[in-house]
Amino acid sequence: MTNPDLLIKGATLPDGSRADILIEGTQITAVGKGLSSASATTIDADGLVVLPGLVDLHTHLREPGYEQSETVLTGTQAAALGGFTSVFAMANTLPVADTAGVVEQVLRLGDEAGYATVRPIGAVTKGLEGIQLAELGAMANSRAAVRVFSDDGKCVFDPLIMRRALEYVKTFGGVIAQHAQEPRLTVDAQMNEGEVSARLGLAGWPAVAEESIIARDVLLAEHTGSRLHICHLSTAGSVDVIRWAKKRGINVTAEVTPHHLLLTDDRVESYDARFKVNPPLRRAEDVMALREALADGTIDIVATDHAPHPIESKDCEWGAAAFGMVGLESALAVVQTTMVETGLIGWADVARVLSETPARIGGLATHGQKIQPGIQAELVLVDPATRRNFGVEDLASLSHNSPYLGIELAGQVVATIHQGYLTTDDRTLVAADVVSAQAEVVARG
Amino acid sequence: MTARAIMQATDMQRALTRIAHEILESNRGAQSLILLGIPTRGVTLAHRLAEILESIVPGSSVPVGSLDVTMYRDDLYQQPTRSTAPTDVPVSIDDMTVVLVDDVLYSGRTVRAALDALTDLGRPKAVRLAVLADRGHRELPIRADFVGKNLPSAHGERINVRLVEHDGEDGVEIDEVMSV
Amino acid sequence: MKHLLSTRDVTREEAIQLLDIAEDMSAVNDREVKKLPALRGKTVVNLFFEDSTRTRISFEAAEKRLSADVINFAAKGSSVSKGESLKDTTQTLAAMGVDAVVIRHGASGAPQVLAQSGWIDVPVINAGDGTHEHPTQAFLDAFTMRKRLHGAGSRGKGLDGVKVNIVGDILHSRVARSNVWLLQTLGAEVQLVAPPTLLPHAVNTWPVSVSFDLDDALAQSKPDVVMMLRIQQERMHDAFFPNEREYSNMWGLTQERFYSLPAKTMVMHPGPMNRGLEISSAAADSPQSTVLEQVANGVSVRMAALYMVLTGEREVTHD
Ligand SMILES: [Zn+2]
Repeated sequence: MTNPDLLIKGATLPDGSRADILIEGTQITAVGKGLSSASATTIDADGLVVLPGLVDLHTHLREPGYEQSETVLTGTQAAALGGFTSVFAMANTLPVADTAGVVEQVLRLGDEAGYATVRPIGAVTKGLEGIQLAELGAMANSRAAVRVFSDDGKCVFDPLIMRRALEYVKTFGGVIAQHAQEPRLTVDAQMNEGEVSARLGLAGWPAVAEESIIARDVLLAEHTGSRLHICHLSTAGSVDVIRWAKKRGINVTAEVTPHHLLLTDDRVESYDARFKVNPPLRRAEDVMALREALADGTIDIVATDHAPHPIESKDCEWGAAAFGMVGLESALAVVQTTMVETGLIGWADVARVLSETPARIGGLATHGQKIQPGIQAELVLVDPATRRNFGVEDLASLSHNSPYLGIELAGQVVATIHQGYLTTDDRTLVAADVVSAQAEVVARG
Repeated sequence: MTARAIMQATDMQRALTRIAHEILESNRGAQSLILLGIPTRGVTLAHRLAEILESIVPGSSVPVGSLDVTMYRDDLYQQPTRSTAPTDVPVSIDDMTVVLVDDVLYSGRTVRAALDALTDLGRPKAVRLAVLADRGHRELPIRADFVGKNLPSAHGERINVRLVEHDGEDGVEIDEVMSV
Repeated sequence: MKHLLSTRDVTREEAIQLLDIAEDMSAVNDREVKKLPALRGKTVVNLFFEDSTRTRISFEAAEKRLSADVINFAAKGSSVSKGESLKDTTQTLAAMGVDAVVIRHGASGAPQVLAQSGWIDVPVINAGDGTHEHPTQAFLDAFTMRKRLHGAGSRGKGLDGVKVNIVGDILHSRVARSNVWLLQTLGAEVQLVAPPTLLPHAVNTWPVSVSFDLDDALAQSKPDVVMMLRIQQERMHDAFFPNEREYSNMWGLTQERFYSLPAKTMVMHPGPMNRGLEISSAAADSPQSTVLEQVANGVSVRMAALYMVLTGEREVTHD
């Protein structure tokens, strides 16, 4: 038994050409003009851009442990509505994803939900405490086949532990994704250190706290000959360090979040905790430097750092609020708004930074491929002409801590196709029972 | 909107002089008397009355002060926030005859507030009220003891008292507001 | 004025209006019956999440002199110390029907969050929030300066051209922030004097001049006012300066420094003072010191602030 075939008519490919795409079972079987199929459900893609399904290298799904914020099911629903067909789930759950047991649990929950390929990220250190290496090999060799390791939320601060981790993951071709935050320079830090923090009386988070760790770690990566990934770059100085490292031939990749491409620290003037995030929103100069670096390839990918929090963690005074914002549903629209509409990049680049490169960094062969016959059908259809005031109705996450509510964004996901079946159809999420049934069909082969 | 002159400078001077005589008559002289004007124009009128009193009774030197009633008003939540004015009472009002002075008497609410304000300052022997113009429409059981001119007026009209010290000239006029 | 959250939001006109009303309030505080009926029937809650007896009793005196009913809510020993949130506390108060909230909170911005939250729709007065602002303190400081400089002729005046040096822990001081904005609005020339560790990183964006050297600053600027800030106990062991002795020698208003000032220079301190650290007793107890006037003026200024936010027509923003 297989799922219904799909025929996409008249989509615009990332390179600007137009084609029909036929999907049979889980595969793309034909790409070309004038395709037809008697059995397939037809999707009219006139005016829509088709991209390889988006891949998020930095998602917090919160399960196990924080199910009041998000579950694997609701988090992957948010992903599907945002055009993602794979997410890498960060390790700061409860218990922490520092053993094979936890990462396999997350993998299984993702497979059952069926909205996206969930790839667990393993913790670098036990309990994210930065003291003792977690069971990296056991996680790598588990069914979850973990390749990305991160203590995200916390910095792997001890330089010796960082060195050892970088070296050790070479065993299985892994990569360390560093959350670059010098802990002593950010004690009680609340927002970017600068003009706004001085005025608002909020403890400052200096750019140097990020840049100094990145500088240290690219030098460690050079010394050990290891692969390093830097999470959520937020400052112009960090861009300079990465640019220098790449020129030197160091094996480093870097990501930027959508919110650091759009929002600046003056948003904090409202003390609205939806704008409280780690790393913090920075100055307009930083935003411009990050956009430029994403366009010229210094920054490799966009990753959401989707960080759901319940209402009580945000509807409170700034100091008591949690760091983080949801971002899966809005990511593509923010990238279109900040990068495509401004002429900095084209749709082929969007495919590169939101799908191809994150899949490659994460070792995910089934995703982020050029759209052609013979590949697994992981696709997203975007209507670039839509303009909308982003609202709560645009969210599928269990949590509503989006910084974009009430902000106009360009573009909207019309359909998302994962393993050959629709997870989002006609701008609406496909129901959970329909999706899980189709996932089960795929799993049974 | 058109303005209609009701009193000229000479009318005003004549009215104040008459009020001064009436005050002396009712008080049987200028002793134990204090004039307290309600800011802003009431204070100016009180000073003018004191000058006239002194010209009638040389050496009388009736004390003059100002009594701000803002904090005692009953419409603090119906109007934009009002600024206050100084309260300056040069001598104790205990056992004195206080003459409150204001430019226009209308609803009576300002005078009600003034009576409350006085209570917090002491216990006068008597309180009298002198106004340059009484335009009627009282909302409280209050009447003036000394009135410069009765000016029956409609609700929509405004009475403008103009004084040299504030406006460069003396006079009273009515702004007739077109009814809509 | 709908709320009093930050002196940055206050126009020069509003600031002078508040100071002028405070003049009239201060006259009431000198008479036998120290009470006005303006806020009769209104309930004001003093919501103190941080201990501050001085500020709390000053507000309480101001509220009572305006005939308001007063509810004091201190966080210590209450449900708040057991983890009840600002939101729940405020919604509870709203259900009781209060007409204004005076809030002190350890988190910067908490009064603003409260004012724009929709949890409660009443005027909010910031009585000190984290390291952000303390607007009524700045108003009482400005009032004190104006009164000393202009006496009975203060009404209607700003502080144009008045030279003020604010000395000490600017970085963590809500008093300094509120003063910087208000003094600038009133036309004063402000100089901040502190060790670089106790100045905000972006202090160059503020409308002030900055000096690291107190002797130099006093000699060069010939200030009309020297405002000394309190050094909090917890700063002493966090590498902001080597030790108390060195701080006092370099940035304290020592007896020697005080005697070098012209006799007309005002010495201010928001209290409570660390005598012998940031200020010497010679300075604190001199006729040039305004410390006790500041306390007295605090009540008048808070009466004016309460009057300004509570009276007037209120548009309903939530229903
Ligand atoms: Zn992170």
